[in-house]
Amino acid sequence: MTHWLIAPVLLPALMGSLMVLWMRHDLLLQRVFGIVSSLLILGVALILHHDAISGDIYVYRLGNWSAPFGIVLMLDRLAALMLLLTAVLAVVVQLYAIGSGWDRKGWHFHALWMFQLMGLNGAFLTGDAFNLFVFFEVLLIASYGLVIHGGGPMRLRAGVQYISYNLAGSALFLAALGTLYASTGTLNMADMAARVAMMPPDDTALLRTGAVLLLLVFAVKAAIVPLHFWLPSTYANAPGPVAALFAIMSKVGVYAIVRFFTLVFPNDSVVETIASDLILPAALITLTLGQIGVLGTRSVTRMAAFASIASIGTLLIPLAHFNTAGLTAGLYYMIHSTLAGAALFLVVDMICARRGGDHWLRLRPTIRNTGAVSVLFFLAAIATAGLPPLSGFIGKLLILDATWTDPWRIGIWTTILATSVIAIIGFSRAGSLLFWKSHELDPDPGNDTDEGQRPKPGPIPVKLETDEPIQDVDDSAAPWLAFASTGALLAGTALLAIFAGPVTEYLRDTANQLTDPQPYIESVLMQQEDTK
Amino acid sequence: MEILVASAIGAMMAAAIYLILRLRTFAVILGMTMMTYAINAFLFVSGRLVVNRPPILQGSGEAVDVTMYTDPIPQALVLTAIVIGFGMTAVVVMMSLGAFIEGGDDHINMPQDDREMPPLKTVEDTKKIEEETA
Repeated sequence: MTHWLIAPVLLPALMGSLMVLWMRHDLLLQRVFGIVSSLLILGVALILHHDAISGDIYVYRLGNWSAPFGIVLMLDRLAALMLLLTAVLAVVVQLYAIGSGWDRKGWHFHALWMFQLMGLNGAFLTGDAFNLFVFFEVLLIASYGLVIHGGGPMRLRAGVQYISYNLAGSALFLAALGTLYASTGTLNMADMAARVAMMPPDDTALLRTGAVLLLLVFAVKAAIVPLHFWLPSTYANAPGPVAALFAIMSKVGVYAIVRFFTLVFPNDSVVETIASDLILPAALITLTLGQIGVLGTRSVTRMAAFASIASIGTLLIPLAHFNTAGLTAGLYYMIHSTLAGAALFLVVDMICARRGGDHWLRLRPTIRNTGAVSVLFFLAAIATAGLPPLSGFIGKLLILDATWTDPWRIGIWTTILATSVIAIIGFSRAGSLLFWKSHELDPDPGNDTDEGQRPKPGPIPVKLETDEPIQDVDDSAAPWLAFASTGALLAGTALLAIFAGPVTEYLRDTANQLTDPQPYIESVLMQQEDTK
Repeated sequence: MEILVASAIGAMMAAAIYLILRLRTFAVILGMTMMTYAINAFLFVSGRLVVNRPPILQGSGEAVDVTMYTDPIPQALVLTAIVIGFGMTAVVVMMSLGAFIEGGDDHINMPQDDREMPPLKTVEDTKKIEEETA
């Protein structure tokens, strides 16, 4: 146990560097190394998860310096859950990228993937606020590379918007950290929590400013309305597998909100319910706007992007209460929406590739593998919209149940249920346009005389150039792998629904650990006899 | 001195926000750089403003004079922030150049094609394009 805790950060850093330095010209070697290291990270995540599930909190003091001075990595149930979720998603989506040939479309795909994982894992593990900023930058700089993977003018333009928005977000993060340091005198999250608890309640102006600034930073990361403007264009233009991995990246913002506002600024601290009061209305608007976007957009990639905005809104509604029931429901929906959102992005990528890169919702001839792709799209849409039997339905039930005690419950229930209907309409419209009506344009097989005279609607490009910025179906390494990995994500949501009972029990324990931050604080600040 | 530093940070930040809200990448990059300066100065003063004192304790044991000392942590934070900000600026410059070369102009906004459905090309259109290029 002692040194396993740093492995999720060190392993990808080492492997990513090796890939850049030694095997940049050999894609096969990169693929093998990439998958093996992702599997190793998954193995480490499983070990750590097994340790954390006992309810103990593990502290890893870097350089063995004593707590408020040195940087600590922390492992509790929530961090272990996030690590495991990231690792599973990374392996599956990486297999998709290999199977579909996306990783051949540009340089250093697998190396950037590793650095992305390093940043994600570090952000989940760290117990130091400034270190959280550093890991945010690590994951962002890897994501800047991934988001423009494959190139193309639209993707690069979207990339510039994305990077500008996030640079402003990083500046805001530093401002928040400066404010918090000025008012508490520490950057260690546990120490900060202990000091906030001792603050006089009549002198909290600076502290509140810091808390709200921090909330804004995480809201930018999680794409909460009105700070969501970077998301639709970026996700819609990013390569499919990258957008699928980003399903976990927007959850980093949610994770950070949960971590900070249960540990440092809980609702009974001197800043009172400042976070809940801001998050709940924002979440409701985010959900509504996301689902209206799903219905209103005319591009299928953008539809997936709006669905991911809506899912963030949905999971923040119960989380905003920061109580056991709310956290349980929110975390359940977070696991669900990560898997379902990623699956939706992968299916959409498959559809666009088979339509010659045309992502607009308009009538085109029937695509290749239409049966398999439409089944996957149908399942992903069911999961995302929250219909039974997949886990979205149970997630929404848990959320409705958890918000029953809220004074706003009529508003919350109406919003969730009404927006679900909007999403269902949006997805059915897209599905029928993409898969059903397309048969109208197909040449009639029984009537040979017409053949050749009918003007064929829109040609599908014969063969894409290898440097085209979209997936190349004719030339993919293993198309079955792409189908299998998308199916695996959807099977994950089915399993989540089947084992909803045990999973909710497990998440309730996690939520209980979060609502009682005292052991977390003590494990950092006490028990440090052997440190420098 | 507090007023001087605070107004300097405020002025830099205002200029940065003005530049970031421009529609061209060059102005936005300048604004980002300016914003990094403002934030770095802000971080630096978050350990309180003191003049002429080293960021290290002097003397030893009982003789340590804690009044002759300035907080070293913000200085370390600023150093990290400068390095990260510098790297990020380099990335955004490269990315903007790429977008300028591929996209043809340096607008920050996405072109119309990102929002509006372009008309479907028919077989005749593609043939015409192929003939023209050939």
